[in-house]
Amino acid sequence: MTGGPTRIARRFAALQQRGEKGLIVYLTCGDPSLAESAALVIEAAAAGADVIELGVPWSDPSSDGPVIQRAMERALVAGGTLRRTLEVVAEVRRWSEVPIVLFGYYNPILALGPERAAEAAARAGVDGLLTVDLALEEAEELDGPLRARGLDRIPLLAPTTTPERAARHAARGSGFAYYVSLTGVTGAGHLDAAAVGDRVRALRPALGSLPLAVGFGVKDAASARAVGANADAVVVGSALVQAIHDAQGAESRLHAVRSLVSTLKSALTDGTT
Amino acid sequence: MSDGRTGEEGRFGPYGGRYVGETLVPALDELTASFRAAMADPAFVAELDGLLANYVGRPSPLTLAENLGRAVGGARILLKREDLLHTGAHKINNCVGQALLARRMGKTRLIAETGAGQHGVATATVAARFGFRCRVYMGAEDVQRQALNVFRMRLLGAEVISVEAGTRTLKDAMNEALRDWVTNVADTHYLIGSVAGPHPYPTLVRDLQAVIGREARQQILATEGRLPDACVACVGGGSNAMGLFHAFVDDKVALFGVEAAGEGIATGRHAATLTAGRVGVLHGSKSYLLGDDDGQILPAHSISAGLDYPGVGPEHAWLKDSGRARYLAVTDREALTGLELLARSEGILCALETAHAIAALPAIVSEIGSGKLIVVGLSGRGDKDMPTVAAALGVTLPGARR
Ligand SMILES: Cc1ncc(COP(=O)(O)O)c(C=O)c1O
Repeated sequence: MTGGPTRIARRFAALQQRGEKGLIVYLTCGDPSLAESAALVIEAAAAGADVIELGVPWSDPSSDGPVIQRAMERALVAGGTLRRTLEVVAEVRRWSEVPIVLFGYYNPILALGPERAAEAAARAGVDGLLTVDLALEEAEELDGPLRARGLDRIPLLAPTTTPERAARHAARGSGFAYYVSLTGVTGAGHLDAAAVGDRVRALRPALGSLPLAVGFGVKDAASARAVGANADAVVVGSALVQAIHDAQGAESRLHAVRSLVSTLKSALTDGTT
Repeated sequence: MSDGRTGEEGRFGPYGGRYVGETLVPALDELTASFRAAMADPAFVAELDGLLANYVGRPSPLTLAENLGRAVGGARILLKREDLLHTGAHKINNCVGQALLARRMGKTRLIAETGAGQHGVATATVAARFGFRCRVYMGAEDVQRQALNVFRMRLLGAEVISVEAGTRTLKDAMNEALRDWVTNVADTHYLIGSVAGPHPYPTLVRDLQAVIGREARQQILATEGRLPDACVACVGGGSNAMGLFHAFVDDKVALFGVEAAGEGIATGRHAATLTAGRVGVLHGSKSYLLGDDDGQILPAHSISAGLDYPGVGPEHAWLKDSGRARYLAVTDREALTGLELLARSEGILCALETAHAIAALPAIVSEIGSGKLIVVGLSGRGDKDMPTVAAALGVTLPGARR
């Protein structure tokens, strides 16, 4: 796994070459069941998702809004854990090379131990980790184990992040930077694309060559296009989780993923040509 | 603001730190800087001291409890009477201080989590006194068992949100408060009620509660002419215990924290985080917590809503590991017995949280020997718990819904 550009880096390089915006989608692993998760991820990738953020179920998702909270609760009932999530990733890897970022909270990683968690993630075919409650100041305990296995640690930036701090994030993180477009939890509604554009332009110079993805509040073609204008990629989470939840039956869940992901991807592709 | 033991600010040995989303980091930096500046500002300290004296009712008495001392095996027991403060518990010490800080930072809105409702009431109280808008998050289960405090908060003008997520208790209320804070961080101060949470809260809350131990130290030196042999306090998040312990940490004084063993450690239905938990990260800091092998947080259980929390402040984790403090756990049933014992021996009806400290006294006295001088933190009064106590004793109160 070590040495050479990661799947994430290769994907962003390819996007850049094509002059295309990336689409990153979030799904909670184990919602509605562990058995379906691999298929949903593969479907999202086939429909045009460039990177998958796979949510690791946790009992106390204090950075998430109601939609993802409920998804976490369903996933926990379905037996979702970090270990089970890694099994899903390993299953996806039999079929797809889509870059996968584990998106979650620190305690499940700590319970396994950062070394063992990094080892298991690399073995399963994970490309990076985004740990929402691991602040920059505490990240050292995970950085070493990830770096040793060629895994990216995706830094999180917020509207309250100064350019000086963003530079420190960029120096320590890799893969891409995830800019949270608003002060709030996932799934919040009040996206102001113009204000986001201003913030992103202010932070961008601090990031060097690290690609920048923007998420929180992106839910449809219009918001994806608006946010994509100032980013290398957009992240869609709650909207997809909700679409999966609203669909009845495994077949229609796959269809819901295919339909939303391809709509978003074409909005982004049209927007750049 | 350094904790004076580990060097690195915000760390207690390997514990503490700041495990929060990026959005909140600048707010925590601002709070840290503001607290440091305030504590060095004589005008701020004078205003805080004035409020503690004339609004909160400090100093609180140190009551000699001779009957209790005889009943628990022969000890000279002094009760540090936080139950006599305005609003009925130690929580107000912290709330007055943080309200002044919030005003200094230009915030206009306070939010808080609450379990027993004592911290919620104290927050609603200072919000009313200083003109903040106020919202208190409380687990739905706690809203039921602490109905009196919910009513008090609403009378004081606070909005009380019943949290239905997760286990519907304190930890879920704290998750919801964090979600509110991250959304409204520009105008809102999150008034955390215990020595838990991300840095600087464990230090900030301890320093605001340290008045408990500072006074007790002066009082016992004045009346007994010496330091106590031991200090005892109940531990939920750990703020009244840290507030008492802090003034004695560098002395030859034994420190005992008492956790809630609920229905018994072996049943798994307990809140004895330090006694039976493991190391992890919850609500912004690294400490002991109740969790499973996969890192999921396990629900806590205690008859006392204020101890019903699967985490504990990081400084306690460090005091435990370093051996400086000892932590015991007593069951719901033992706590009820402790409550009755204090009531009958001294005429003091304490909170169920506090009753845990009382219930541990026989074991502590038999460990350190009889005839010792012991300060017990009497963290709060029991009015709020009367419906719970009545139900546990099989008594139906007139007008009570079962
Ligand atoms: C009277 C009383 N004592 C103790 C506690 C537990 O909190 P802490 O451990 O922070 O003192 C509470 C919490 O609600 C309380 O109301």
